Amino acid sequence: MSQITPIFKREFLGYFRSPVAYVFLVVFLMASVGLAFFIGQFFRANQASLESYFSFHPWLFLFLIPAVGMRLWSEEKRTGTIELLFTLPLTTLDAVAGKFLAAWAFLSVAILLSFPMAITVGYLGDPDWGVISSSYLGSILMAGSYLGVCSLTSALTKNQVISFVLSVLACLILVFLGWSVFNGALSAVLPVWAVDLVANFSFVTHFDAFTKGIIDPKDVIFFLSLTGFTLFLNVVALER
Amino acid sequence: MIEVKGLVKHYGLKRAVDNISFTVNRGEILGFLGPNGAGKSTTMKMITGFLQPTAGTVIVNGHDVTREPVAVKQQLGYLPESAPAYGEMTVEEFLTFIAETRGFRGREEKAQRINRALELTHLQSVRAQTIETLSKGYKQRVGFAQALLHNPPVLILDEPTDGLDPNQKNEVRTLIKSMAAEKAVILSTHILEEVEALCTRVIIISQGKVVVDETPAQLRARQPGARLDEIFRTLTHSDV
Repeated sequence: MSQITPIFKREFLGYFRSPVAYVFLVVFLMASVGLAFFIGQFFRANQASLESYFSFHPWLFLFLIPAVGMRLWSEEKRTGTIELLFTLPLTTLDAVAGKFLAAWAFLSVAILLSFPMAITVGYLGDPDWGVISSSYLGSILMAGSYLGVCSLTSALTKNQVISFVLSVLACLILVFLGWSVFNGALSAVLPVWAVDLVANFSFVTHFDAFTKGIIDPKDVIFFLSLTGFTLFLNVVALER
Repeated sequence: MIEVKGLVKHYGLKRAVDNISFTVNRGEILGFLGPNGAGKSTTMKMITGFLQPTAGTVIVNGHDVTREPVAVKQQLGYLPESAPAYGEMTVEEFLTFIAETRGFRGREEKAQRINRALELTHLQSVRAQTIETLSKGYKQRVGFAQALLHNPPVLILDEPTDGLDPNQKNEVRTLIKSMAAEKAVILSTHILEEVEALCTRVIIISQGKVVVDETPAQLRARQPGARLDEIFRTLTHSDV
């Protein structure tokens, strides 16, 4: 397991060795904050909360996390460095975990860089810091699950475009299952328990509780187990 | 030191490697010859544990590659074909990463290992340059430095002189020869003179099978007076 550290270090610093990190951070912050201001009516809502900021995360992650995740393995396969990586004395799990944790840490940095929003809200009003903290936690956990899916699709192909499209599609399904509009349409044909069952597989359903300040163990377990499961499949896909 | 036992690799219906067995002892430099697609690289990838053999196994210094891949990888230095490396890293950053995954974590030991590898491969002048900006010859040497860093008892080199100019080729050959006494070396090549100049033994494979396993002198004696490439052609003509 100690072999995770060098992989993590290389991957995490790797983001900052190329323009990828800076482009991503700028786009992520502009998009997330822009959505909160212009579509989420951050000011007009006249509330000291970040709800309008976090409510767009499931949709924003849909495109931005595949952009980070698509290169995780496809790039290694395309350039042939995967051969180098897997002839070093480490297990597939070390490599998968190291890469995943580095990308997750990078995404967490991106999410946490919105802290001026929190400071603004704190300066202008009296927000519920518990809700803000749980929202950040939920957002980071959800990012991990998205990333797990993207890392898996990336391991399936050496083409980054295919990897991107596949991961957007997979994440789209996981978001749609819990989208209120979709559930509304579904409840016309299915009984309530079936709609609930379907909705329970969605990112949105489990993320919503966090944005209301509720840290329910079952939501935490959902994100962590989805992440764990996709990473397990990732290892299987690479060892096949 | 290296014992290859009945290696078989199937790609779908195609038998890329068909029951190959040989051993290489310390002090030997084994030249691996064969037309493109004969299974040279596939065999080498199975020895390094990058590919799983369909049948058979490889024992390196007493460790079975199918059962203890990590232990085998610790014994090996591997230069993959066309020397892949992380292009966005500098030579020094890259070698630091390799040193850390090879278990050299102490600052002093790490620096010493890296400096020695840079020295052996004459890379000191470009140590701070990113790998993607280097010429092919330098990239090849970075691959070499990476393979030699931990002073492994076994070296697997896939076309180590490919793409180098005559001076560089000569330099690489001298380097391999100087290390050969205490190591077991397998190298693949297309250059027949290289085999004569460097190798203590030759294996020619054709269509996944070993057709020749003898010394370069014995190979030459097969058709006295003929050029090596003529002998090579007679032995492998069934591939054309």
